[in-house]
Amino acid sequence: MAQLTLKNIRKSFGKAEVIHGIDLEITKGELVVFVGPSGCGKSTLLRLIAGLEEITAGEMLFDGRSVNNLPPKERGIAMVFQSYALYPHMSVFDNMAFGLKLAGSGREAVRERIMEAARLLELESMLDRKPRELSGGQRQRVAIGRAIVRNPRVFLFDEPLSNLDAALRGQMRVEIAKLHERMTDTTMIYVTHDQVEAMTLADRIVVLRDGQVEQVGTPMELYLRPATRFVAEFIGSPAMNIVPATVTDEGKVLPRGAAAPVALGASLNGTSLGLGVRPEDLTIAQDGAPSLFEGRITLVEHLGETQLVHLDVGNDAPLIVKLPRTAAAERGHMLRVSAPRETLHLFDDTGRAVRAA
Amino acid sequence: MGASRRRAALLFLAPMLLTLALVAGWPLARTIWFGFTDASLTDLDGAAWIGLGNYLDWLPYGDGSGEWIGLLVDRQWWRAVWNTLVFTFVTVSVETALGLAIALVLNADFPMRGVVRAAVLVPWAIPTVVSAKMWAWMLNDQFGIINDLGMKLGLLSAPVAWVASPDTAMVAVMLVDIWKSTPFMALLILAGLQMIPRDIYEAARIDGVNPIMTFWRVTLPLAAPAILVAVIFRALDALRVFDIVYVLTPNNSETRTMSVFVQENLFQFDQFSYGSAASTLLFLVIAMITLAYIRAARLNLD
Repeated sequence: MAQLTLKNIRKSFGKAEVIHGIDLEITKGELVVFVGPSGCGKSTLLRLIAGLEEITAGEMLFDGRSVNNLPPKERGIAMVFQSYALYPHMSVFDNMAFGLKLAGSGREAVRERIMEAARLLELESMLDRKPRELSGGQRQRVAIGRAIVRNPRVFLFDEPLSNLDAALRGQMRVEIAKLHERMTDTTMIYVTHDQVEAMTLADRIVVLRDGQVEQVGTPMELYLRPATRFVAEFIGSPAMNIVPATVTDEGKVLPRGAAAPVALGASLNGTSLGLGVRPEDLTIAQDGAPSLFEGRITLVEHLGETQLVHLDVGNDAPLIVKLPRTAAAERGHMLRVSAPRETLHLFDDTGRAVRAA
Repeated sequence: MGASRRRAALLFLAPMLLTLALVAGWPLARTIWFGFTDASLTDLDGAAWIGLGNYLDWLPYGDGSGEWIGLLVDRQWWRAVWNTLVFTFVTVSVETALGLAIALVLNADFPMRGVVRAAVLVPWAIPTVVSAKMWAWMLNDQFGIINDLGMKLGLLSAPVAWVASPDTAMVAVMLVDIWKSTPFMALLILAGLQMIPRDIYEAARIDGVNPIMTFWRVTLPLAAPAILVAVIFRALDALRVFDIVYVLTPNNSETRTMSVFVQENLFQFDQFSYGSAASTLLFLVIAMITLAYIRAARLNLD
């Protein structure tokens, strides 16, 4: 129910600044995912929003009102922790009721809200149990329930699924997506290092790197038009191939190890470029048709539905090609691959994406 | 478990069981046995069985009247039991409260925390006899710093013989024990506090629980197992207290504890069998209190 505005937010621990001036606008009812490698400051940023850490500089507004000096409980937030952080000595019911009761809600009202949340999360049969008697997935549902009953304006998730096994993670991801659909008014901020969670859950993704915003956009924007080489390599799995490239006299791009230069129509300067192409955009070139790369197959990884083919095109790193399981690819054989021009990405020597004019 | 595994287990346990039997089982059995004899310190081998004579006996005056004698009707003994219980209850209660307070402080983040933690332990590290002697001097009626301070600050009109005066002797003994043992308590409780995950406190902050409520409803219940174990450790020590009392207030019925009573009878009054009987009772009293406590606190000692 809240619009969040972050203005030049900074955070230092002692002398070390870990958040270097973040500007961000999060609209009401949106699910925004903070994603980035460990140490990028995504959890710290979430804790600043929660009020668990003090903001060193900058201003944070909820619906236009500064919350810099407000304690967590007055911000109207709820948070789900990676470790669940349930009260181990309280039953499931009391875990959800604790905050509400102390806030002075009536006994009946508290009960009603908890029963509703329990119904939603299928916790009705375990309200009397202690957290230690629950499985990991159930504990996480209780933690979500405890957050829901607070009826928050902003719902914060700090890597909520990373303690669960793969199957459960997929299931809980769907549940969180459903929750977001149901709570249309509640703004949600979700921190993860898992780009699959980011892609599937987010309305918008904020990619963080070293305490700075690298790019903000919808999942598909980030996938199709990464602003930087960092985003390009972070979003998508397996990661995008980036091949060192130079510019020919005619203004074409010549990736190292490529069969022929490519005309990309961008005004280019600089010599150390990077040409990016996603493994899934590469296909086997028809006989006689021109190819982008040609190389010997060094490794084939069968994933069932697809296969990842490692191609030695003469660079340090192999070129990864994602092919359907029916494609003929055998180790030691030569393979010619190509990709549509619109799927090629070009990055300058600072890592910024160069767009075709 | 297979028979051979069981045999191997017994074999490995045998040296420990044998040692325990030698250093704990045998002396305990001997003491209990002496309690049923008329043994004296000078003639342990000539001890003869007299049944319950040390505990309760009818002493006839020869004219048809008489009186009950023995430990069970000995006012000195029951006074010692009472003293011990009062001492244990007061010192362990105060040490728990103070220890918890200190542990909470030491559990917070502040610079030089390691140094402070080590410094707090100093009273516990000093041998009891040394600290008792030190306090005896500080509490001395003529030369003690406590009286000197009290007089100069106008708190006392005349010097007080803290350890000799019947009104203050017990308080003095308890103060010294509290001074000495609180650090131990604090450290045991601190260990318990550190087991509580930090994020639970963050969850409580998000839930809007104020710090006082957090203490009563989160910290205390979660630290309770550690506190209960610390209490039983200290209570067992306090019920057996000997050295502080013996050094600070010898020969004082206001402060005589069970252990002091036992020691006096065994070695000073040449009533070896009587002392042994008292020793046996002491063992029973401590065992019963411990069992009752474990049951009441529903401690899980596994």
